[in-house]
Parts: sequence; structure tokens; C-alpha cells
Amino acid sequence: GDQGHEPPRHCPTYIYKVVLLGSTAVGKSSLAYRYVKNDFQESLPTVGCSFFTKIIRMESATVKLEIWDTAGQEKYHSVCHLYYRGAHAALLVYDITNKETLGRAKQWLKELEKEFLHDEIVIALVGNKMDLAEEREVPLFSSQEGEEFARSRSLLFAETSAKSNHQVKDVFMAVGKTWGKHEASQAWTGPLGRGCCPVALLPPSPSAPAA
Amino acid sequence: MAADVQAGRGGEEPGGGLAPGDGQHGERADSPTPGLAQGTEPGAGQEGAMFVHTRSYEDLTSPEDGGAAARSPEERRGEAAGPSSMEQISKDFSELSTQLTGMALDLEEEMRPGKEGKLEPAPQAARHDSVLSGKEEEDVTMDAWRMHRKHVFVLSEAGKPVYSRYGSEEALSSTMGVMMALVSFLEADKNAIRSIHADGYKVVFVRRSPLVLVAVARTRQSEQEIAHELLYIYYQILSLLTWTQLNHIFQQKQNYDLRRLLAGSERITDNLLDLMAHDPSFLMGAVRCLPLAASVRDAVSTSLQQAKAKSLVFSILLSGNQLVSLVRKKDQFLHPIDLHLLFNLISSSSSFREGEAWTPICLPKFNSSGFFHAHISYLEQEMDLCLLLVSTDREDFFTVSDCKRRFQERLRRRGVHHALQEALRTPFYSVAQVGIPDLRHFIYKSKSSGLFTSPEIEAPYVREEEKERLLGLYQYLHSRAHNSSRPLKNIYFTGPRENLLAWVTSAFELYICYSPLGTKAGAISAVNKLMKWIRKEEDRLFILTPQTY
Repeated sequence: GDQGHEPPRHCPTYIYKVVLLGSTAVGKSSLAYRYVKNDFQESLPTVGCSFFTKIIRMESATVKLEIWDTAGQEKYHSVCHLYYRGAHAALLVYDITNKETLGRAKQWLKELEKEFLHDEIVIALVGNKMDLAEEREVPLFSSQEGEEFARSRSLLFAETSAKSNHQVKDVFMAVGKTWGKHEASQAWTGPLGRGCCPVALLPPSPSAPAA
Repeated sequence: MAADVQAGRGGEEPGGGLAPGDGQHGERADSPTPGLAQGTEPGAGQEGAMFVHTRSYEDLTSPEDGGAAARSPEERRGEAAGPSSMEQISKDFSELSTQLTGMALDLEEEMRPGKEGKLEPAPQAARHDSVLSGKEEEDVTMDAWRMHRKHVFVLSEAGKPVYSRYGSEEALSSTMGVMMALVSFLEADKNAIRSIHADGYKVVFVRRSPLVLVAVARTRQSEQEIAHELLYIYYQILSLLTWTQLNHIFQQKQNYDLRRLLAGSERITDNLLDLMAHDPSFLMGAVRCLPLAASVRDAVSTSLQQAKAKSLVFSILLSGNQLVSLVRKKDQFLHPIDLHLLFNLISSSSSFREGEAWTPICLPKFNSSGFFHAHISYLEQEMDLCLLLVSTDREDFFTVSDCKRRFQERLRRRGVHHALQEALRTPFYSVAQVGIPDLRHFIYKSKSSGLFTSPEIEAPYVREEEKERLLGLYQYLHSRAHNSSRPLKNIYFTGPRENLLAWVTSAFELYICYSPLGTKAGAISAVNKLMKWIRKEEDRLFILTPQTY
């Protein structure tokens, strides 16, 4: 078999694929790093894509999160579909101190809407760099236009800071919960055509220990 | 300083292609070491080469650059209208190349007329990572900017800035305009500008349509060597975009601002320039191996070989900028230049330290028209061991990722993990091991294997400037030895602070640096002793039995 970590027999493993998309230097890698390693480091631009896994053990199941952290640079745009294909969730990340990056996140949304049916993917719009709130260029999203935008597309929305560890875990968990609420009948063949893994939906579990 | 030189008889004729060479049989008999014909010198692989055969950097300077640096005017005139050299390369490699997609879909779309307006605005801050890497853009009007020893500029044929080593491209757009004007002015006359020499500076031009690369240097390097470095920069850009895509872009839109696509990658180019200033690999056109007991290396190679997958072409394990092991698909050869570009990519980014990277990459000397997908990861957090798995199939991430797991498992089972860790503790050896008191440093390259070995640079070359000065001396000898109009086989150089000796045969190249008090006779006997030592140590310093899947 080609699976790295064999879970205990009695416990089903759910594989859940999350992709981070957004402009360069908005903090996608930092969010992933914060979530996976609970640490922060200034990072250089990602080359291509970085892949992380995080195992979440729950009483009834083990969830293996596959996190695809993509490069924001334009030259990698053409390969990004490789990374988001088959994703269960996408975090569209922008930098609250840079308005342009929100526009880019909206473009990603359009692209995802072309690729996925409404209930196939959970999308969260994530404004990162909350720690730089005084340099904010993008008004807090709950104000009129922004919220409407998010609601009209049924997006999740959060402002985070990978640096000060603000709401990072919450975003990943919220995305998971929403996915769990989606019709449970959705059948997945697994990301990138790996048919051999038991893949199912992430059950809604607000108390999932993200150890 | 005096140079006591002896001209080579035939020298190596320029125009050597990329195909494995014929070994220059004619020279063997005259070789000062008849026993060391190519393929039998210390460091030569026992089962054929690992790399595409290269004759030092001749294949860089000719024929690809249209002979700009190498040929006499008469020769050049004949080939002025010759086919584009890169076309030739892609043709040469078409049989080797695996089917890869070249053109980015969204780019294709973007190139359609009338679509520009809807695009995301071009990145305004040219160097997105400048803040992150703590690198501030310099003020180009300041003296400090002018004082840099080597400037490198890349521009498009429309005169648009693409890259500048120091200072922002915007601030230099008029300077680059002047450079393009110079190029065009001479071209109008069916001529080509190669270099300008003035006031201690060399301004070197390399034209690789659709790009023009310019260096302004006050180093001791020859024009040929500076052009060689510019070509590396060109290949670096190709490795990100492919030649096909680069050309397509400019065919569609001549005044395209390429910085958009290169945004975030400037540091890779910056790193390459820094690396070339202190790593002799680039000068030698060869790869250095991590010193490692043959049994350990064999175990590593076998583990790599066993962790194969259908789509894998190359499995490469490296530490710092030294090769630990390379396993390749049968009949597929990696070019040292491509390997150097991979080394540079890895050393220029810390992002590979975490997780597993999966990235499209073009190996321009292998196939400049397509992308491979590379899986890049470090074996362990604390260990400087980076594994690179090059695949033809971009969909194959999980299979390739599993190859890494299998490789690690096999390493553990073979029990070489500990030995590998030990070897990493001393990644360089001391020249004292050779046991020649006057010997300070040397570089020995086995031509048939494309590998070289060199001890750690030690006292008196302690400070960074001193190390660069030593490399500068090697560069000087190398450029004299490989001067295309008058190549030399033996050079004896006496300087105020050290003596050097260069010896270039059809099988190997040797450069030694020793005490200024040593004599020429002493140097010659040192060479003999050194060659014996390298022979004795060759299975530790080189990869003698390269593996294939």
C-alpha cells in the first residue's frame, strides 16, 4: 500500500484536503506553519507548492488533513489547479494591509466557482496579518459590502494573524465543521485519484483535539 | 608576477556538442600522462558517466552563444544567419525529452489581444520578498551602488528591465534603455557587441533572444568567464519559465514586463550570483561530492535506486552544495549545469525545510521546452540532507512522496543512517590529509565523470575576500587554460602571496595553490604525490559506480 501511517483498525481515517490560495506574501505558508507546527517564522516565497499533513485523532475517527500551501507567484498560477483539484476546502487568503490582495482572492473565488459545484467545496475568505491592524487597507469585512459579498457566495470569513496566533486554528476547524454539514452522501474518490484510501467526510466535531 | 606558460598542441576544439565526447583520441598519445586517458583518470566512473559529457565550459561558450566569445570574426561571419542555438538544443534533446506540457494556460489566455485590461495589476513592488529577506532596494544614484564589483542586468529586447542585481529595476530603466540602444546600434550593422573594456571595468553583453544580459564587472575574470556567468543567469530564468514559454510570451507581446512572472524569484538569481562568486563548481562546470565511505554511498544509492517509481527520472541526494548520490533513469543524463541550478534553487530557499515541496521546474540543458515536477524535502529537521526526486508526471505527487518514505525506510534498514550523520559532521576534508607541507589548496576535476574534488579552504584564506581572491586566481588560470584562441595545458604562476600551477589534459584538470616559497620543481613533485593521493582516495571523493533505476 502507499499509505504512510496506518491508523488503528477500528478507527476509520478520513482524508480531508485543504488548499491555501492567494497572492504572494499574504501569509499562506505562515498560516499553514502556525496550524501544523504552532509556530511562526518569516518565510521566503514558496516555490511551487508545499505539502503538509496534520493528523487529528478523535474518539470515533482519525482525520488526516492534507494541507496544500500554494505559491502566490503568478508564474505558478497555471499549476495551481493541480493543487486545488479534489480539495474539500479552500482558504482564500489576503493581506488586510494590502487591498490588491483581496482582489486577487476574489479572482481565485471565481476560478473555484468554475471548477466546483456549490456544495463540493467549503471556501473561507481569510484576511491575514491582523497584528498589523493599524496599517489596515481593507476595512473590516463585516461592514456592508464585504459581508454581503461573503454571504452571497456563502463563504466563511475570518480575520487571522499567523504571527500572533489569532484565529488560525479556528479557521481550519470552522471549515471542517461546515464541510461536515454538507450532504454526507458526497462520494469522493480521493484527491489526485488515489482510490485506495478510505475517504469520507469530516464529521462535525467541535471538540476535535487539534493535537 | 610571471606566467610561465606552455601552449597546448591541439587544445580542445570549440564547438563540442552536448553528446558524449569522443575522448579526443588524437591527443592521448601526446598526453603527458599516457596512462591517464579519459575514463581512466582518478575519479572516473567505472560504469560510464553520470552526467552529459562536458568539456569544462566550452559547451557553454560555444556553439550556443553563436561563438560570440570564442571565434574569430571570419568564422563568425559564416554563421551569422545560422539557426538559433537553443532551437538546436531542443532539437538535440527532443528524443530524450519526456512529454511535458509547456505553456501555462492562463498565460495563453492572457496573451490574447484585448485581455490585458482585465488582469490583475502587475506587481508594483518589484521585489515582494525584499521585506521578508531584509533586503532593501538600493538607491542607484548613490556611490555605494556604483562601487559593487559586479552588476548584472537582464532586459528584454524591447529594453524593458527584467532583473538587476542591485537597485530596483524601475530606477534603472533608462540605463537599460541605453544598453539596449548599444546592442541595437551594432546589430543594425549586422554586428554584435560583446564587451566594452574601460577604466578597469568590463561590460559584457550576452544576447539570448528575447533577452539581453549585461554584466558590469571590475573583477579579474575574463570576458569569457563573465559571459559564462551571464549564461547561467539565463538558464536560471529558463528553469523557471521554460524556453518555450519565454519565447511565446515575447512573440505575443514584445513589451511584456517579465518581472511579473519572475516576481518572488529574484532571490534565486541573487543567490546564484553570490554562489558563483565563491563556489568553484560553476567555474569547473562540475559537481563536488560529499566525501563519504564507498560502502555508505553505495548503500545510499541502492536505497535510492530501490525507491523508484515509473515517472522518476532523477533521484538526487545532496548536502549543502555537494552531491551525496544521484540515481538516474537509464539513458537519461543530467547536465552539471542543470544540477547546479537545482543546488542553487535549494540553497536559495528556506521554504523546503518544512513539509514537502512539489514544484514545476525546467532543466534547460536537458529539455528547455518542458517542465519536470520536483519533489523537494529534507530528510530530517536537523540534518543537512536534501532529497530531490525529479518526476515527469505532475500528477504523481503521492507516488513520489511515497518514494521518499521508502527511501528513508531502506536507509534505516541498511543501518547507514548513523554513518551518514557522521559524514555530514565533516563535509570537507583538510588539505593536510594529503601530506604535502607546501600545498595550500587544490581543485581536481575528472573530465569523464564531471565530478571534482577540493579540500576546505583554510588559512591563510580565512576572510571572505581572501577566499574570493583565491577563487579569482583559479578563475584566471582557468581562463588562460581555456582561452579559445590560445589554450594552454600547463601554467606555472608565481605571485607574491602564493604560487599556482594548472595542468589540463584530456582526462583531467588540476589546479594547485601552494606556498610562495615553493619551487617549480617542488610543485611538480607535489602534483605527482597529489595525484597518487587522489587515486588512493577516489572511492571516497567521487562516485565511481553511478546507479540507474
